[in-house]
Amino acid sequence: MTDTLAIIRRRALRWALNGAASLALLYILVPMIFVVWLAFFRQEIPSFPPEGYSLKWFAAILDQRKFLDGFRLSFQVGVLATLIGLALGVPAALCVVRFEFRFRMPLASLLLMPLIVPGVVLGTAMYVFHVEVEHGLDMDVLGTFYALVAGHTVIVIPWVVRLVTASLAGVDRSTEEAAQNLGANAWVTFWRITLPAIRPGIVAGALFGFVTSFGNLEMSLFLVGPGRTTLPIVILQYLEWKIDPTIAAVSVVQILLIATVMLITDRYVKLARVV
Amino acid sequence: MARLDIDRLVKRYGDFHAVRDVSLDVADGEFVVLLGPSGCGKTTTLRMVAGFIEPTSGRVRLAGGDVTLLPPWKRNAGMVFQSYALFPHLTVAQNVAFGLEMRKLPRADIERRVEETLALVRLGGYGGRLPRQLSGGQQQRVALARALAIRPDVLLLDEPLSNLDAKLRQEVRVEIRELQRQLGLTTVMVTHDQEEALTMADRLVVMNEGSVRQVGSQRDLYERPADRFVAGFVGRSTFVEGTVEAPGRFRSDGGLSLACTGGTAGRGVLAIRPERVEITASANSGLDNSLPGTVEFVSYLGAQIDIHVRLSPSDRLIVQIANREGGFAPDVGRPVHVGWPASAGQVFNE
Repeated sequence: MTDTLAIIRRRALRWALNGAASLALLYILVPMIFVVWLAFFRQEIPSFPPEGYSLKWFAAILDQRKFLDGFRLSFQVGVLATLIGLALGVPAALCVVRFEFRFRMPLASLLLMPLIVPGVVLGTAMYVFHVEVEHGLDMDVLGTFYALVAGHTVIVIPWVVRLVTASLAGVDRSTEEAAQNLGANAWVTFWRITLPAIRPGIVAGALFGFVTSFGNLEMSLFLVGPGRTTLPIVILQYLEWKIDPTIAAVSVVQILLIATVMLITDRYVKLARVV
Repeated sequence: MARLDIDRLVKRYGDFHAVRDVSLDVADGEFVVLLGPSGCGKTTTLRMVAGFIEPTSGRVRLAGGDVTLLPPWKRNAGMVFQSYALFPHLTVAQNVAFGLEMRKLPRADIERRVEETLALVRLGGYGGRLPRQLSGGQQQRVALARALAIRPDVLLLDEPLSNLDAKLRQEVRVEIRELQRQLGLTTVMVTHDQEEALTMADRLVVMNEGSVRQVGSQRDLYERPADRFVAGFVGRSTFVEGTVEAPGRFRSDGGLSLACTGGTAGRGVLAIRPERVEITASANSGLDNSLPGTVEFVSYLGAQIDIHVRLSPSDRLIVQIANREGGFAPDVGRPVHVGWPASAGQVFNE
């Protein structure tokens, strides 16, 4: 009898847990579901119920040059910032994990800081910094492509550092010693043994860094120049005047793109294992 | 293969002496085991030979050359790690080939030698597997093959058997020892397991608190331990605290007067081997020491039985007897007599 009760209790608990998890998941997914749904509405002013469905808003994207330009700029900035972020973030993570030195912990925190600082604050700070540099060096800085890339690099680095640090913790140090024992110098050991072991972290860090850069709005607002706007800013500007489903269509394209990148990456590196 | 000379090696971390003045010569083809409890400096010593730790002072000479300041990759020492440290993303064959690639051998030679070495550790046909597809014992053999493939001047084994289960460990001990003899490998192994050390070594080095306490054969260490630590660490001993009255005569703090070997007058400790003590129902006058006592505790260990006998309020002795059919095996509370020759008790002055 008590056994039956125990089983019922356990089942009830499991149902409660699953229920709570489903609610949380739904809460996260609802906005996405609505955006995707909206993208296919026929009428110009979003209202419920839909009057019918159409693909014309997707075609509308192509008619608007600024969307394509915004997409191209965001993509270029994202790729460049990610590459530079990797070149700086991977060695930084190695230093923080592997070496004992003064200010090690403060450095580790500093590298992760851009994740915590609000985008507006970061953007303002960079704006002021760029103005000062422009004055000091007497050259164009503010609003240039390279200034934008530099800014985005700052928000890519924390992702690379975080994920590479996590995967470094799982590397058996004695495998590196074994390689050295077998005749590999420090450099060869890194390329042949350490790098393959942390590759999942590097790929995941690059991916998350790119996605963060690609979707960044607040900081970018301070860094873009005339005729040079990233996709999120184009969307924002468009929304100031119109609220037709074009924006929803753009979002759908963006979601599909990122989802595709993630799925492809997941085939080579199990993201669930590093994140 | 070649000889290894360790000369007055010291490693200090701040005020802490991890290794104090360790010297050791390992002859060509000799199997030397560094034995000691954890933290005794044996692994630090091995890692200084491999080049992973830079000594504070002292020299390491390998095959005639001074390698003290060379990085690990410039020393021809093959090491087997406690965790095996196999490269998880490389196949068994690629693991074994790694050291040969670093030595820039031609492709064909590498392939031939990988095959030979894998056959040597009975892993022929496993070259294409990944380490995680192998059992613990097989992984251990890959680690060994990887270290052997480079034809090292010295083979370094860091607790190589500690991750194997007890039964497999006994087999692998013999296997490694036979392979070492067959190839004539100069070998240094580190272990805390005295049984492992005794079965494998040509010569043992007992270490404690960073220093070498005694170097010798199994028999040397067991029959003539240099100090109290060795007497307790190699084999077992019951220690009786007391005073040496004269060489060969010891008085315990509990008031027992005992015949023994060695010692000079003064405070000391008498170490008695439990397996050298005889236990009988009545007094045995043929032995140097014969004392009455009471059985206080018995532990049945299968092949042997340990009997703890109370001799005086402050003296208790462990007697180990073989578990024989019809043998004398007293129960707790029974009065008995214990006896041992003077040679079974060795005195160390404190």
